[in-house]
Amino acid sequence: MLLDPRGPRFSAAVTTVVLVLVLITGSGWLALAQAVVFALSAFRPALSPYGLVYRALLAPRLGRPEELEPAAPFRFAQTVGFGFAAVATVGYLAGAPVVGTVAAGFALAAAFLNAAFGLCLGCEAFLLFRRATHRPVQSRVPNPSAH
Amino acid sequence: MSPGLWVVVAVLGATTVLGLLWQRSNGRMRDAAAPAPGHPALAGLELDLSLPVTLVQFSSAFCAPCRATRALCADVASRTPGVGHVELDAEHHLDTVRALDIRRTPTVLVVDGAGRIVRRASGLPTRSQLMTAIADLV
Repeated sequence: MLLDPRGPRFSAAVTTVVLVLVLITGSGWLALAQAVVFALSAFRPALSPYGLVYRALLAPRLGRPEELEPAAPFRFAQTVGFGFAAVATVGYLAGAPVVGTVAAGFALAAAFLNAAFGLCLGCEAFLLFRRATHRPVQSRVPNPSAH
Repeated sequence: MSPGLWVVVAVLGATTVLGLLWQRSNGRMRDAAAPAPGHPALAGLELDLSLPVTLVQFSSAFCAPCRATRALCADVASRTPGVGHVELDAEHHLDTVRALDIRRTPTVLVVDGAGRIVRRASGLPTRSQLMTAIADLV
């Protein structure tokens, strides 16, 4: 499955805002909501709530992307995000806010690097792993319907 | 100010610095540690490296920075006497890619007339980075 790369980048921007709010408010419920978003996106990118907003509101205004990216690295990155968000949820809700803050802080760092610089740490880790196991995956492919 | 807000400021500040450093490292030329004459991995490719400088570019077929790098290297090679440009598809040269520890495309190797890899850059270099990288060789 191939994705318009601008969708995940938009999702990272929304995730950044949500995680900032999680850290400021210390809300375990908001962390849980973000964890659910991560889980949905990892399970099936088409179900990603932020991705749906992107496709409904932004994509029609932007035109077709020139390149697409494989879904596998994105899904791996979302799984890692889910892990951090789940730990943050448990931390905040179980009365261990330091745990929650540390986990949410790491997730925020990754989301912000992606949103601001286009650097998806989870994706890079996945691509490195695939290269190391001699089954390389291209990070981008041309969009056959772009021309 | 809540402790969470401090964490936000610290995380965003640190990642901004790291992100900017990462951006700047794209396309920066790194000198090879101790240029060995005629790297065997290059010799296996049977390239014509007789010119004072050959820009050996590793690309993958579908990569926007690779196209931009190709255009830049080809332009520099056509305007500068003694500079050649070769582009290789990383997918078709996996053994070479591993032997030369090439991790990203585009990667440009600056190879001198003796077949030594003098320096290399991963990511799209600027024109001035590229001209500086070949200045002492042409």
